[in-house]
Amino acid sequence: MAIRIPCPHCGERPIEEFLYGEVPNVPDSITDSEARDLDQAFMRDNPAGEVRERWFHVYGCRRWLWLRRDRTTDRVVD
Amino acid sequence: MNEFIEAKVALRWQEPKSAYDVVIIGGGGHGLATAYYLATRHGITDVGVFERSYIGSGNSGRNTTVIRANYGIPEAVRFYQHSLDLYADLEAETDRWIMHDQKGIFWLCHTEAGVRAEKARAAVNQAFGSDTVFVTPDEVKEIVPEIDLSGGGKYPVLGGSYHRAGATARHDRVVWTYAEGAMRHGVHIHQRTPVTGIVREGERVIGVETPNGRVGAGVVLSAVGGHVSIIAAMAGVRLPIRTHPLQAFVTNHYARTFEPIVASSDLLFYVSQTARGEMLLGAEIDRQPSYSYRSGHSFLQSCAHRAMTLLPFLRDLRILRQWTGVCDMSPDYAPIMGYTGVDGFLVTTGWGTWGFKAIPAGGEQLAEVIATDRVPELIAPFTLDRFARDRTKADRGSAGTH
Repeated sequence: MAIRIPCPHCGERPIEEFLYGEVPNVPDSITDSEARDLDQAFMRDNPAGEVRERWFHVYGCRRWLWLRRDRTTDRVVD
Repeated sequence: MNEFIEAKVALRWQEPKSAYDVVIIGGGGHGLATAYYLATRHGITDVGVFERSYIGSGNSGRNTTVIRANYGIPEAVRFYQHSLDLYADLEAETDRWIMHDQKGIFWLCHTEAGVRAEKARAAVNQAFGSDTVFVTPDEVKEIVPEIDLSGGGKYPVLGGSYHRAGATARHDRVVWTYAEGAMRHGVHIHQRTPVTGIVREGERVIGVETPNGRVGAGVVLSAVGGHVSIIAAMAGVRLPIRTHPLQAFVTNHYARTFEPIVASSDLLFYVSQTARGEMLLGAEIDRQPSYSYRSGHSFLQSCAHRAMTLLPFLRDLRILRQWTGVCDMSPDYAPIMGYTGVDGFLVTTGWGTWGFKAIPAGGEQLAEVIATDRVPELIAPFTLDRFARDRTKADRGSAGTH
């Protein structure tokens, strides 16, 4: 089953209509400003499990949406 | 791995010890090759490899087995050419048949920009010791008579780079060969034993946690694929890795011999024929990060469509199997090998979609890092600290999956 993404404007649509938008997350434990820049540019949490993500409905309403997806199963949570 | 194969390759399983000089997390090609070279090149045999499933069950058993060195930057050409040379000698060294088969690889181009890129690739390859030449469409047709040089009228073949040294090998046999070679020298391999934690004492890693208890270690090397960020986080290390799925499929048997590996960097697919006669196809990674091993229909549709544009005979074949691996993608499409900033914890990662070809050289070089406690010149460009030093090794066009 292909992943389907619930768009608040267009309803449930196949994942191929969307672009994934990466949101870097620099942990608060990194305080040095250069280290924060480095982390933001390159380092990633890259977690398994549920993650809140940004997606852009490029072949639809062309608006950004938030989505919670389980990266182990690809199940869309909400 | 079933009993028949276990008997064939003479693997002898051992009870885990309470400590090893070197603990390697991940029983794939890179982990096992590192263990093999530690034992055979440096006499370090107190090595324990911990694999959460069976050996070769991750990306080592899911890749499309291409061995090539046609990279776009000098550091990568040198490294991968060395790996290609080690592969060519591996059967003689180990007295095991890995079904190594030199086939040659075409990277075809359909735009003027593509022609420039492939001419540059051939020049860089020749300058740094790898055998790649630019070829005309007629020369392509001579070796691949099946090809439609008009590209279905939309993607005419304007030429391509031809990497004669390109080869394939049977991926499971590579894994078993390194496992058997390492075990023969006394290395312990523990299957179905996940590492669930990494033990730190102050700033230093001193062991790993497993379901069977704690195992002490002088050095811990993470040689895991797509799940590397989870392992590294256990040691308190952040990595520039995103995990993306990569899919592939094989068709039923094609009755004729299809000799070379054919790839198109504009159409984004690659195809080769397996020893069983199946046509093996792959393309780009899935765009969203994920640890899911699910395969999808849209990949089959788009990859098959693009491949048939150049190779119309594929239309008459049927897809037999498809599968997915999860890949540790680095930002510059180059590997990350060696120290992490945490004492006693090393990584070999960032192998993304290009790790199989690097198994011998990656293992050999990591073994040297562990044995000598210094980074050999060949892999010095690929350390983790390159991101902080603004010395990334961008070579996206050589990944073959973008």
